Amino acid sequence: MDPLINNLDIFVPAFRNTIILFVVSGVAALILGTVVGGMRVSPVPIMRGVGTVYVNFIRNTPLTLLMFFFAFGYPKLELGNLSYMTLAIIALSLYTATYVAEVIRSGFNTVPVGQAEAARAIGLPFGQTMSLVILPQAFRAVIPPLMSVFIALLKNTTVAAGFSVFEAGAIRAYLSERGEPAIVVLLWVAAIFVVLVTVLSLVQRRLENKWRVAR
Amino acid sequence: MTSSFETTSNPIHAAHGEPLVVLENVEKHYGDFHALKNINMTVNKGEVVVVIGPSGSGKSTLCRTINRLETITSGEIRIDGKALPKEGKALAALRADVGMVFQSFNLFAHKTILENVTLGPIKVRRRAKAEAEKDARALLERVGVAVQADKMPAQLSGGQQQRVAIARSLAMKPKVMLFDEPTSALDPEMINEVLDVMVHLAAEGMTMIVVTHEMGFARKAADRVVFMADGEIVEEAAPEEFFSNPKSDRAKDFLSKLLTH
Ligand SMILES: Nc1ncnc2c1ncn2[C@@H]1O[C@H](COP(=O)(O)OP(=O)(O)O)[C@@H](O)[C@H]1O
Ligand SMILES: [Mg+2]
Repeated sequence: MDPLINNLDIFVPAFRNTIILFVVSGVAALILGTVVGGMRVSPVPIMRGVGTVYVNFIRNTPLTLLMFFFAFGYPKLELGNLSYMTLAIIALSLYTATYVAEVIRSGFNTVPVGQAEAARAIGLPFGQTMSLVILPQAFRAVIPPLMSVFIALLKNTTVAAGFSVFEAGAIRAYLSERGEPAIVVLLWVAAIFVVLVTVLSLVQRRLENKWRVAR
Repeated sequence: MTSSFETTSNPIHAAHGEPLVVLENVEKHYGDFHALKNINMTVNKGEVVVVIGPSGSGKSTLCRTINRLETITSGEIRIDGKALPKEGKALAALRADVGMVFQSFNLFAHKTILENVTLGPIKVRRRAKAEAEKDARALLERVGVAVQADKMPAQLSGGQQQRVAIARSLAMKPKVMLFDEPTSALDPEMINEVLDVMVHLAAEGMTMIVVTHEMGFARKAADRVVFMADGEIVEEAAPEEFFSNPKSDRAKDFLSKLLTH
C-alpha cells in the first residue's frame, strides 16, 4: 500500500486530471458523435458527405498524431493560448466522436424503419424524428458498444501524458524520480483504472435497465 | 342531360365534394423497375376509395407517394389543390394533414399508448399537453382502447395496436387518411375490431384511401374500388359492380383467386 499512500500528492491530482479529461472529452464526443452519426444518415447529401469525410479522416489518424498536431501545430497557428489540457481534450473529443458516430449509426439500423416512417407520417421533421423517436430507441441498443468506446477513451487519456499533461499516464515518471519501483507504481495505476472501468460498467447496467424497449 | 359523356365518365364520384387528392400521370421507378405506370386518380372530399390488386402490383407504393414517403419519378400529386412540397418544413406540414396507418402498426415502441397519440399534437400542432391528453383519451375511448392508455405498445394485441395507430393519425385531424393493408398482419379474430373503427370513420365522412383485400369492408364502406395490376390502374368501379361484374380479365382472375382462398 505504501507506494500509493506515500504519494497521494501525485496520485490524487493526476487521476483528478484523468477524470476531467475523460468526462469533458466523453460528453463532447457524445454530443459531437451523435450529431455526426445523424449527419451520416441525413437525407441531405452534403451533410452525409461531411460526416463521412470527418469520420474516415479522423478515425484513420493515430491518436498520438492528432495530439501531436494539437500540442505542437496549434500554437503555431497563433489563435490564442490554450493549455495543453484543453488541447488534449479537443483532440480526444474529435477522435472519440468518430467512434461514437459509428456506434450511433449502427444503432440507427437496429430501429425498425417503420418507426421513422410513422414519425414522418405524423409530420415530424427530420430533426425531431431523430431526437424524439429514433435516438431514444437507438441509444438503448448502443449502450454496450458505446461503453467500449468510453473505456477506450478512459485509457486513451494516458496518451496526453506524452504532451505535458499531468495525468495518470505521467505518474510513473514522477514517482521514479522519488525512487519508487516502476512496476509497483504501474500496478497501482492499473488497479485504479480497473476500479474506474468497473464504475463505468455499473453505469452501463443501470442505463440498460432504464432504457429497455420492449418489442 | 345532353351529354352522355358526362354521365358515363363520372358516375361514381357524383355524391361527393371537391377533389382532395389528385394524381396526374404519376410514374415511379425503383432503378430499372417500373413500379407505377401513368397513374391518374382523383379522390374527392368524403370519398372512400379501396385499392385492391395482386401482391407487388404497386398498391403500397401508390399509398406512400401520396404523403411522399416515396418520391415519384414524374407526374404530379396535389392535395387540397396544392402540389406536394419536395422536402423540409412544408413537406412535414403536409404530412401532418395526411394520416397514415401501416400494416405493421409502427407505434413508437418507447412511448406509452397515450404518448403515441399526443406526440404529434404536442410537437407538430403545438397544442398544450393537458389539452392534447384530454383529446387523446377521448380518441382512445372512441377506438376502444382507453383502458390501455398508460401501457407500452408491446403489451397490446395487434388489433389494439392498430386501433391506437388509427387514433394517433386522427389526433392530427387529417384531411385524408391512408391505410396500407391495415388488417393484413392481424390474427383473424382481430380483423373486425379494426374494420369496425374504419367503417365508423367512413360513415363520419372521413376521406379515405384504403389498400385492403377485405371485400366486406369495401362493400360496406367504399364508394369506389380501384383495381391495380403491374403498376397500373386496370379498372375502377363501385364495389358491388366491381365484385359482381369485373370487366378486365386481370380483375376476374384476381377475384376468382381471392374467393377460393
Ligand atoms: N424500395 C424498393 N426498392 C425496389 N423495389 C421496390 C421497393 N419497394 C417496392 N418495390 C417493388 O415495387 C413493386 C410494388 O411494390 P408494392 O407497392 O409494395 O406492391 P403491393 O403493395 O401492391 O404488394 C414490387 O415489385 C416491389 O418489389
Ligand atoms: Mg403492399
